[in-house]
Amino acid sequence: MSSAAQTNRHTMTVLVNNESGVLARVVGLFSGRGYNIESLTVAEVDPTSHTSRITLVTSGTPHVIEQIEAQLGRLVPVRSVINWTAAKGGIEREMALVKVAGDKRDDAKALAEKAGARTVEATSSSFIFEVTDVPAQLDAFIEQMRGLGLVDVSRTGVAAISRGPEAM
Amino acid sequence: MSSAIDKTAPADTATMTGAEMVIRALKDQGVTHIFGYPGGAVLPIYDALFADHGITHVLVRHEQGAVHAAEGYARSTGKPGVALVTSGPGATNAVTGLTDALMDSIPLVVISGQVPTHLIGTDGFQECDTVGITRPCTKDNWLVRDANSLSRILHEAFQIATTGRPGPVLVDIPKDIQFQKGEYLPPANVRHRSYKPKTEPDRDAIERAVEMMAAAKKPIFYTGGGLINSGPAASRALRELVDLTGFPITSTLMGLGAFPASRPEWLGMLGMHGTWEANHAMHDCDLMICLGARFDDRVTGRVAAFSPGSKKIHLDIDPSQINKVIRADLGIVADATRAISEMVQVWKAKKKQADKPALKEWWAQIDTWRAKKSLAYKPSDTLIKPQYAVDRLYELTKDRDTYITTEVGQHQMWAAQRYKFEEPNRWMTSGGLGTMGYGLPAAVGVQMAHRDALVIDIAGEASVQMTMQEMSTAIQYDLPIKIFILNNEYMGMVRQWQQLLHGGRYSHSYSEALPDFVKMADAFGCVGLRATTPQELDGKIQEMIDVKRPVLFDCRVDKMENCYPMIPSGAAHNEMLLSPDDGGEVSEAGKILV
Repeated sequence: MSSAAQTNRHTMTVLVNNESGVLARVVGLFSGRGYNIESLTVAEVDPTSHTSRITLVTSGTPHVIEQIEAQLGRLVPVRSVINWTAAKGGIEREMALVKVAGDKRDDAKALAEKAGARTVEATSSSFIFEVTDVPAQLDAFIEQMRGLGLVDVSRTGVAAISRGPEAM
Repeated sequence: MSSAIDKTAPADTATMTGAEMVIRALKDQGVTHIFGYPGGAVLPIYDALFADHGITHVLVRHEQGAVHAAEGYARSTGKPGVALVTSGPGATNAVTGLTDALMDSIPLVVISGQVPTHLIGTDGFQECDTVGITRPCTKDNWLVRDANSLSRILHEAFQIATTGRPGPVLVDIPKDIQFQKGEYLPPANVRHRSYKPKTEPDRDAIERAVEMMAAAKKPIFYTGGGLINSGPAASRALRELVDLTGFPITSTLMGLGAFPASRPEWLGMLGMHGTWEANHAMHDCDLMICLGARFDDRVTGRVAAFSPGSKKIHLDIDPSQINKVIRADLGIVADATRAISEMVQVWKAKKKQADKPALKEWWAQIDTWRAKKSLAYKPSDTLIKPQYAVDRLYELTKDRDTYITTEVGQHQMWAAQRYKFEEPNRWMTSGGLGTMGYGLPAAVGVQMAHRDALVIDIAGEASVQMTMQEMSTAIQYDLPIKIFILNNEYMGMVRQWQQLLHGGRYSHSYSEALPDFVKMADAFGCVGLRATTPQELDGKIQEMIDVKRPVLFDCRVDKMENCYPMIPSGAAHNEMLLSPDDGGEVSEAGKILV
């Protein structure tokens, strides 16, 4: 199929039975078929029904994205798949912990506060900020910190949920 | 666990060991034959088998043989094939067969022993991460952690292997779980929490398909292994649909037999070694009706040049196949029997007619392609041409209850081109994975299921050496399989590609130091036959058929014969080569393809 098509980033949620090996099966699908995973987050969300929720960010041409959804959908332990980017009905958030140190750290702190970040640790020589936002805003924030003594970053990957009163 | 106790036991649950549960679950699932090899981590299950006479266990000589035998059994019966292997090397030896079954959608349940639970993760003797290794080559797999969940998992395993798009599954059972007592639950139609394959077609999609078919001027049915997997009813529905429409029909390697090769609508197999008429009709058609096939690269040739002017209907039970390689104008996700039956029903109910004048022209065009006689070859009075050998084998066996398996390579393609199948489930070959060594153990599995049938492995001398040891299995179980070796002393298809693509530099494709297959037959305790001239071939084939014992047949064929027609790698359906005289320039892009 057309290889000239444009590559886009998509956020998907996969609801799975929380059983041994299910994450490996999902991740193995991506590596085995040559798809990208840009971020991935997973946790059990309903212990009574043993449901885990995997949210992942991937990228590909429209054809590849369609295949990813179809290939995920046919895995035996997968209950449902939703593509938030295509459905345009989701809210996405990601959290990052950002450590800065050095001479410019007070400037970093001022900027972080302006960006709505929380300071979760302050030492005599460093700060750790906690910031939650859409991934693109986190990218921008981290980029700003680079010039202000950025030492380390830890990102959670994206969590996504549908708008309105309904579940996915 | 005698059958007398079975009858008095409570119908719903019973307490037993994990090993006993395995046997009980197999019986409750209707399993009568399993193929296996014992070892330390499955001894309790073998002990339970020893005490029970309700299941026939076939002792293979290598676990790959067990899985291929189970595949042959499954493919020829429509029932799931079952294999039992030990931990570590037993499980890793099963991987080729599992992958083969995954590629060709063969329902298999493989049960493997595992080191006891407390040793998992310690690099114990014969430990390996079986579920990790087999995850990408199974439809689903399980590591059992509690005897109380074992029966549920086993029943689920059968359900998943046999429904939707069939495939192999594996249940890994640690040795302590095999000894542990637990509650056995009989099979029940439990609604799986996440697995719900769609089998019913959307009515409006069927109606649209029928409209498209009635409007078509140059239609073709392109059918595949999905029709075999759906069961004989799919073949019956397909025959009715072809009767109603009068459309031409071709098939993939995996779908041979779903439609009778003797019928005038049959164009032969399509694809890399398909017929001139099938491939040209695919290229020039205005409507392609793909039923249970998946646009494999052996079928499509260069995708960008694939059937450029046609609308495409794609029926598949697996939604991920629709639009995977070729964009479908109409996708139908359903079981083939259900969807084709509905097409027949709608066609009749709406009193549809094919466009007869257009179809007449289309058939006239197809007849000009047929006149090319693309399967023709230069006969010889002195050498046995491999094509001649397959033709004679066909003529001498066609009126019998015959099943054909193959290895992989030139002989496989000659068999697919020339052996005419009239019924489904008669043709067992490794399509997707292309596994040399498949055919001999597959024949063991087929013959186990059909004791009185004539089961022939059309083989090559290179392939057959990969799983030769299973002759011993055939002899142990009195399985009169016929291993018909087209012996050209080369890995023929490798040699053919080296000739076409690598300047005739036959790097390591000569079968050096071949065994004497007739003496080998003697050593195994079966019958060895050899034919070296066309004149003696019929008599030797007849002898092979008549002897009620396993046969190794060394058929010495022309060493340099190539398999034509051929679509060179990277070429389109209308760029076929009919013979070596056609040249066979392969593009740079084609050279990197396999």
